[in-house]
Amino acid sequence: MIKDMLKLFITNRKALLGVIILSIFIFIAVFAPLIAPYHPKQSSDQEGKFQLRAAPSSKHLLGTSHAGYDIFSRLIYGTRLSLMVGIVTGVITTFIALTLGLLGGYYGGVIDDIISFINNIFLVIPSLPLIIVIASYITIRGVWPIIFVLSFTGWAWGTRVIRSQVLTVREREFVKVAEVLGEKPLVIVFREILPNIISLVMATFFTSTIAAVIGEATLEFIGLGNISAVTWGTMLYWAQNNAALLYNAWWWFLPPGLFIGLLGTSFALMNFAIDEISNPKIRKR
Amino acid sequence: MKYFLRRILWLVFAIFIALTINFMLPRLMPGDPAIILIQRLEGLEPAAINAVRNAFGLETDKNIIIQYKDYLIDLLHGDLGISISHYPTPVWNVLRKALPWTIGLMGISTVLSFIFGTLIGITLAWKRKSRISDAVLGLFLFIRSFPYFWFGLILVYFLAFNNPIFPLGGATKVGLMPADGWEYIKSILYHGILPGMTITITSMGYWILTIRNNMINVLAEDYITVAKAKGLSMSRIKNLYAAKNAILPSVSGFAMALGFVIGGSLLTEMVFSYPGVGFMLYQAVQQQDYPLLQAIFLFIILGVLFSNFIADLVIMILDPRVRDGAKK
Repeated sequence: MIKDMLKLFITNRKALLGVIILSIFIFIAVFAPLIAPYHPKQSSDQEGKFQLRAAPSSKHLLGTSHAGYDIFSRLIYGTRLSLMVGIVTGVITTFIALTLGLLGGYYGGVIDDIISFINNIFLVIPSLPLIIVIASYITIRGVWPIIFVLSFTGWAWGTRVIRSQVLTVREREFVKVAEVLGEKPLVIVFREILPNIISLVMATFFTSTIAAVIGEATLEFIGLGNISAVTWGTMLYWAQNNAALLYNAWWWFLPPGLFIGLLGTSFALMNFAIDEISNPKIRKR
Repeated sequence: MKYFLRRILWLVFAIFIALTINFMLPRLMPGDPAIILIQRLEGLEPAAINAVRNAFGLETDKNIIIQYKDYLIDLLHGDLGISISHYPTPVWNVLRKALPWTIGLMGISTVLSFIFGTLIGITLAWKRKSRISDAVLGLFLFIRSFPYFWFGLILVYFLAFNNPIFPLGGATKVGLMPADGWEYIKSILYHGILPGMTITITSMGYWILTIRNNMINVLAEDYITVAKAKGLSMSRIKNLYAAKNAILPSVSGFAMALGFVIGGSLLTEMVFSYPGVGFMLYQAVQQQDYPLLQAIFLFIILGVLFSNFIADLVIMILDPRVRDGAKK
């Protein structure tokens, strides 16, 4: 089942493109010091201070910022934190959604009622305002508070989808058979149910990672991140707060957004592929 | 009737929960933002400091249940506290000026985005084997992956800064008053085009994807095959048989989408310095005006709850399963 999925996944054109884009970003993140020509907080070299707000040139591929930092180097180094926050948040969110979804969907009863109740509340509260409010109350600025806030607010949709899928799977015959055979609930959940909802779990991971990447950039753009950290979001924050637009410094605010969008697209493509694979109706006939 | 009553009950209950969350949030937070704030606002009048303390539930002489009761009673009287950044203006007076701008901008953009998104989604599903359809879908997947605010920045850069077709920001030309009549309205529309476009285009992807998937599912149903076999015209099948049924789940997905749209329009306002709730939220964050921040949050939740309620009512009218189930 899982092997078939993987095979379908790789042969799907959209998924393949997504995997390739993501791999490039992982490569950039891992080898950032080798790719970037300068340190992200370096504003001078042997030849003297870097020109401020310099346009792209052979010396600075994407120009420099108001403080003379090399934008290209910052973009490369920024990949590290941006990617990390996205994936870690995605994993945490998916883990919460999976745990609650399995608990509620399989055990039912009071546990399910409580989970569904909290879930419904989190579903109607629009996440961005909630994220902004919570983040502005947290006085520590940094990557981990952002991961915390995004995970805390991001699990509701995944939980709902996983829960309802578990509800249908647990009524299927093979689960009933396992129950009659006296298998322990944990064994049933992990061996019988989990493999059957794996595509949904993956979809939840992709969706929540996209949301996290965009959410992180948004929080940092508003100034609710650690502004001295080097990420795509803080790059946009500095660009906006130093009137990059009015200096016509397109090289300053275009690339970070483009990178965010590309990373998001890679996850969206994989997500779309999962949709096509698990819902044969959508697949082209 | 039963359906209707259940929706009303849920609405009332959800509002209650929203109020409670709004009350609990500042009191649950680790550390003490109030102290930091009071330190930062050194030299503030004692009355203002008191307002801050109240907003944070720092009245340690009262227990939390009494605080909660006071909070609910204040709310019922429309008392949302005093704004710190606009001291000593009450929060409600500050917020009141921003609400119409956001409701107008968001309302129109959301409707446009729903209409265009649905139409495009239906077409994409109907012509799903064509290459153009694939490309359009890809384009919207791509657009959807960008942060809203960045998309707004790009529009400003290309259509307001580089080619000054539209204004850089704001909601009207400075100096124009409602008394200027038609000039004023024209100015509002002119200033609203770019932010409106940002919200419409960025949120359209959601509708397109939802309706496309619904439509493809519906097109695989047996009654579509029967309709084709009967030789009904293709446009009749597309519009009356398929699209009509595909739109329904889209309306019920409205609740989810609204969260996205609100998030998007908050950010769009920030980029365009549009004097609505989003820009005010941005300023409240910057100036750590917590009473204002909380009031904005409360209004956003209330807005979402009421819109959901209206969407539920629309479904009740559109969907016979819900409607007839309700009659029994």
